[in-house]
Amino acid sequence: MSKFYEHYSEDTEQQIIRETFHLVSKRDENVCNFLEGGLLIGGSDYKLIYRHYATLYFVFCVDSSESELGILDLIQVFVETLDKCFENVCELDLIFHVDKVHNILAEMVMGGMVLETNMNEIIMQVDAQNKMEKSEAGIAGAPARAVSAVKNMNLPEMPRNINIGDISIKVPNLPSFK
Amino acid sequence: MALKIVKGSIDRMFDKNLQDLVRGIRNHKEDEAKYISTCIDEIKQELKQDNIAVKANAVCKLTYLQMLGYDVSWAAFNIVEVMSSSKFTYKRIGYLAASQCFHESTDVIMLTTNQIRKDLSSPNQYDTGVALTGLSCFVTPDLARDLANDIMTLMSHTKPYIRKKAVLIMYKVFLKYPESLRPAFPRLKEKLEDPDPGVQSAAVNVICELARRNPKNYLSLAPLFFKLMTSSTNNWVLIKIIKLFGALTPLEPRLGKKLIEPLTNLIHSTSAMSLLYECVNTVIAVLISLSSGMPNHSASIQLCVQKLRILIEDSDQNLKYLGLLAMSKILKTHPKSVQSHKDLILQCLDDKDESIRLRALDLLYGMVSKKNLMEIVKKLMLHVDKAEGTTYRDELLTKIIDICSQSNYQYITNFEWYISILVELTRLEGTRHGHLIASQMLDVAIRVKAIRIFAVAQMATLLDNAHLLTGNMQRNGICEVLYAAAWICGEFSEHLENPMQTLEAMLRPKVATLPGHIQAVYVQNAAKLFATVLKSQEGNTEGTPAQETSQLMVERLPLFVQSANLEVQERASCILQLVKYIQKLQQKDVEVAEEVSALFAGELNPVAPKAQKKVPVPEGLDLDAWINEPPSESESEDEQPKAIFTREEPKHSRPRHTEVDEKELAKRREVRKQEQANNPFYIKASPSSQKVYQETHGVEHIPVVQIDLSVPLKVPGLPMSDQYVKLEEERRQKDRADKKKKKKEKRKDKRTGRGKRHDSGPESEEDITPAHMVDIVTEEMPENALPSDDDDKDPNDPHKALDIDLDKPLADSEKLPVRSHRAAEALKSPGEDGDAVSAATLEPRKKRSKEKREEKKKDKDGDRKKSKEEKKKKKHKHEEKEENLLSGQADEPVVQSEESSQVAAPPTSTSAEVSDLDFWLSNAPVPSNTQEAATVAAAAEAASVPEAVSGTAPDSEPEEPKDAEMEETKSSKHKKKKQKKEKEEKEKKKKKKHHHHHRHSDAGGEESVQNGTVEEEEPLPSMSNYCLLAENSYIKMMTEDADQVYDIQGNLQDGSQVVVSVIFENKCDSFLKSMEFNVLDSLNSKLQRPEGSGPHDGLTVPFQLPPGVSNEARFVFTMQSIVMPQKLKGTLTFIVKNDDSSTHEKLDFKLHFTCTSYLISTPCYSDAFAKLLESGDLKSSSIKLEAVLMPFHHLLARICFHHHFSVVERIDSCASMYSRTIQGHHVCLLVKTADQTVSIDAKCDEPTLLGNVLDEIKQTFSQC
Repeated sequence: MSKFYEHYSEDTEQQIIRETFHLVSKRDENVCNFLEGGLLIGGSDYKLIYRHYATLYFVFCVDSSESELGILDLIQVFVETLDKCFENVCELDLIFHVDKVHNILAEMVMGGMVLETNMNEIIMQVDAQNKMEKSEAGIAGAPARAVSAVKNMNLPEMPRNINIGDISIKVPNLPSFK
Repeated sequence: MALKIVKGSIDRMFDKNLQDLVRGIRNHKEDEAKYISTCIDEIKQELKQDNIAVKANAVCKLTYLQMLGYDVSWAAFNIVEVMSSSKFTYKRIGYLAASQCFHESTDVIMLTTNQIRKDLSSPNQYDTGVALTGLSCFVTPDLARDLANDIMTLMSHTKPYIRKKAVLIMYKVFLKYPESLRPAFPRLKEKLEDPDPGVQSAAVNVICELARRNPKNYLSLAPLFFKLMTSSTNNWVLIKIIKLFGALTPLEPRLGKKLIEPLTNLIHSTSAMSLLYECVNTVIAVLISLSSGMPNHSASIQLCVQKLRILIEDSDQNLKYLGLLAMSKILKTHPKSVQSHKDLILQCLDDKDESIRLRALDLLYGMVSKKNLMEIVKKLMLHVDKAEGTTYRDELLTKIIDICSQSNYQYITNFEWYISILVELTRLEGTRHGHLIASQMLDVAIRVKAIRIFAVAQMATLLDNAHLLTGNMQRNGICEVLYAAAWICGEFSEHLENPMQTLEAMLRPKVATLPGHIQAVYVQNAAKLFATVLKSQEGNTEGTPAQETSQLMVERLPLFVQSANLEVQERASCILQLVKYIQKLQQKDVEVAEEVSALFAGELNPVAPKAQKKVPVPEGLDLDAWINEPPSESESEDEQPKAIFTREEPKHSRPRHTEVDEKELAKRREVRKQEQANNPFYIKASPSSQKVYQETHGVEHIPVVQIDLSVPLKVPGLPMSDQYVKLEEERRQKDRADKKKKKKEKRKDKRTGRGKRHDSGPESEEDITPAHMVDIVTEEMPENALPSDDDDKDPNDPHKALDIDLDKPLADSEKLPVRSHRAAEALKSPGEDGDAVSAATLEPRKKRSKEKREEKKKDKDGDRKKSKEEKKKKKHKHEEKEENLLSGQADEPVVQSEESSQVAAPPTSTSAEVSDLDFWLSNAPVPSNTQEAATVAAAAEAASVPEAVSGTAPDSEPEEPKDAEMEETKSSKHKKKKQKKEKEEKEKKKKKKHHHHHRHSDAGGEESVQNGTVEEEEPLPSMSNYCLLAENSYIKMMTEDADQVYDIQGNLQDGSQVVVSVIFENKCDSFLKSMEFNVLDSLNSKLQRPEGSGPHDGLTVPFQLPPGVSNEARFVFTMQSIVMPQKLKGTLTFIVKNDDSSTHEKLDFKLHFTCTSYLISTPCYSDAFAKLLESGDLKSSSIKLEAVLMPFHHLLARICFHHHFSVVERIDSCASMYSRTIQGHHVCLLVKTADQTVSIDAKCDEPTLLGNVLDEIKQTFSQC
């Protein structure tokens, strides 16, 4: 999943993601978590800051107004929040519930700026919104949910489909000015 | 209907939801594109349905597809539909999709304005939140303009969740709509002290982002941030603030001094590495800003370096990386302290992490010296050999070259060594930097004359072994080196040992596989070589070898003539013909060598890359002016250029060619030469400078150290630089020995001299004499080149627009656009509206000063002594100011009364701000005396100063802090005195109350409410803006010449509104009621009446007056033209009610609108002022005032006060002043005084207005 806080054409976005993936994935396990920005994102002002969790990479692209170590903390907060919201998050959750991940991210980072870093606050807001959603869905949503439950049951092989190398890249182009 | 719903849900059962889509895509790995295109077709079907749930589902899927890189902009309208759903679930989906794929050129975005506005004001906080989040991603200038006001309101929402989002989004709004920054800024500042930490952090975030780009505008916030920094415990906020300070310190070194202490405390105390790192970073920034002339901060530097060392030694790679990064910052200013950690950094070069190695490389750059350059480069060369990744190797290569060539080869003592390093580098395979190496070779060979012999030899070897380099030259760029080699060999061929061999090497058939531009150089330089060879061979009297050489050329050149590259072809055929001709001559036994080498005589000088740019434009040359008049409109455009070039050019040139004979030509040449010599702008071929150069230190004068080469130098293909290292060592030792000898001799000479002199044990920089007395030819620059201030600022940078002075008071025109229906309300109740506006403009200012005061108070609580010092200082300052202040009531700037300083001393409010900052900044370093002395002094001063102090109080508000201050000053010992003083003070205040209203009259009508007490025995009537309007036995009307003037640009095309405040005072003992105020409207000016009333109806004054009471009412007039003064006749009718009877009375009056009353005192900076004057669209006029007795600053104060001007600049007895009318005309004055005569030169874009204003000024001074 990816999130851009600055407009690029779809093609450029894909290129950026590819480039980033290329840069990040070939790095060793115990090297530092910073990378000078790729060519496409451009500018020496930008840095890629990433964290690696099992098969997932969380990559933030930030400019010099962000503290490097701060962003690492932010990624940690983000992952922990995901973990709380999905109850033991795994990459499948992120793949199938991209929208929810987006919503969580929206509570943390807004328009490329860090909005909230307090995990409890974030979780509270996300939960409140989910509750609202549920109450709205109410009766009308019931059949749809039932169907989706059935669909899931019909696909017992689903977990096996997961390619271990599958990597979700998030490229929030944090305070991004051009 | 019900059926439809059921049907809808059934449909949905078979629709794919997002999860299904994802699953499907994962199952169709092979034909993903095809699968997705069928999905998109389905989605298109779904979007056509009425059911919003289906649509939302479709949009949700689209969002996912967009993330995969599919263009979904075609669905933009559907996204808007989903956004406007009333259900939060769908709304959120819609906004998410919009935030992902909307951007400025999405046209449906303008449809969303009202929807977003609705959502922003939704009672559900999450609706608002989701709208804000979405908006933050796709805000456009239009949206920003339309919604700025709504978001401003949200900034003071009750829920912190909304507040923080609103605050954060303001940054985006500012970026898109810079005009909103000034009006919104006060509120933003307020939010810095929000009780909710999230909101506070958001505000800090926004201001930091703003300040990062234009730090100077935010300097005034430093005290506030300082307080936050010392009080906050939130590391996020702290990091941001500390980063911000890092940006501010370069602008204000004093700030740095103040920061160092708390920062070092933080460094010692914090456990958070991120915070520690940022602190160190900012301390570094501070130190950089202080680096000039602050020697005693070495402790801080040591602390930083020490902490950084800990970071670098840490096993965490991240910390290591950051440590190195910060270290490189220190390096720039304090290289010495970093150099001691060389070991550590070299160690980092061996790190397995590439990023870390790169950072370490950066550091090395700054650490080299003459002494260790060779050693370091040797180490790097080892790394080059080891490095496996090409990118890293390339980086190494460039770093080596950078390190060596930095500051004009400052550290290179032996250029032979450098050349051999370069030659070694050419052996790198697959490097991209062949070009870089080549240019280095060229540069060195051209600029270091002494090295040419060696360089040429090396290059000849390179050319000989070209096959080694060109092995796989298609891929690598290293063959660029051959370009340099060929050129050097050709150009300096006189130094070649065996030119014939080189010539042959250059004409090998293999050369034809090289890139075109290199071949071209080969061909050209082969010709040069050929010339040299001929020259040497002709000396031998036998013609055969020379002829053989020509034969060689003739044989080999056709290969190049066939080249596909035009350049090569052209040169080759040219030279081929030449050689053939030479051959013919040779066969006739003609000596040609001289002439041939004359072809290539002359030396090239290096020219600085910026030389062309620096050539100043000669006087009188206007590059923008037309050479030929532009074609008239009627002529078709494409014909015109033809006419210029075909018809006219031959006319001019032909006669010259034909008519000029040799003599003429020579004459002309002579003349031209002289002209050129006299013309400073002509770039001379600089034979002169070169001659001088050659004469003084020509090659023969260079004391080339005889390198007794015990080692055979030329072993092609073997690295040799190591030998140089050794050699260099030896040489240095020798040098040292020599020096010692010399020293000993010296010592012998003067034995009585200082006996204990250090034996030069450790070699110091200066001791190393370079192997070659290298005179590096400096690059040529045109004469009188302009000093460069290369402003590389991108004019398109959106942040430039945000470079706005935030301390200027808000002009009314800057109010955020309010939606139209509100404007209508405003018309209904003009008086109230005026109030509101003025209150709004005043409010932020007040708040600011309040904050400051509070802060000051706190400061004082914390540190009593300090506060006293501070106060003392302030008073000193204040006294100084009092003396040289321009305003008559010099009681202006004490304590923190910013309002008053903004008003009474208009020379831009920032000065007050800045001086405030000065107080804040300067209070620290003052050493405190004994407490007693300080207290007494302070108390004494407090007693003497209140006169001035109380005068400043613009309204009752500042009394509080002052009282507090007074209490402060009086320590326990002075309790008795205290009461006395308070009494005194009160009395004085009472007296001073009279002063108040001068200020008020400018500061705004709402303050003048207090002016009820105005009486006729007013001590300084001349400075009051209130003048008697009309009076009878019952009532007195006073009017203030229309202060608070404002225009409403959006509502009235050309008109402006003027507010008139009128004070009604009841002079009789009866009750006055039902007052009605009426004016006969003229064509130009109209009294604003409530809607529905006729043009002749009066306005009811909204109060009644008991005996002896006065009150104020405001009336709004609409003006069409403001260039002329006007008089309006009016009447006031009222009922006088006694106990027994009541009578109807009437009072006539005339309202006088002077031109002055349309002026608004607007601060203006001197540069802006100068620009304005230069612009040339102002008409000028002037007057003279005779026999003005008052001092100049009184005079200025009067003009400021009565005519609403502000002083831009004052120099001695001359001052420039500025004001602006409500319709935006600029009025500039230049006031000069000499022996009681004052001359005022004025400029304005409206001559009539100007004339009237000047008349009024004249009148003002004639009255006194």
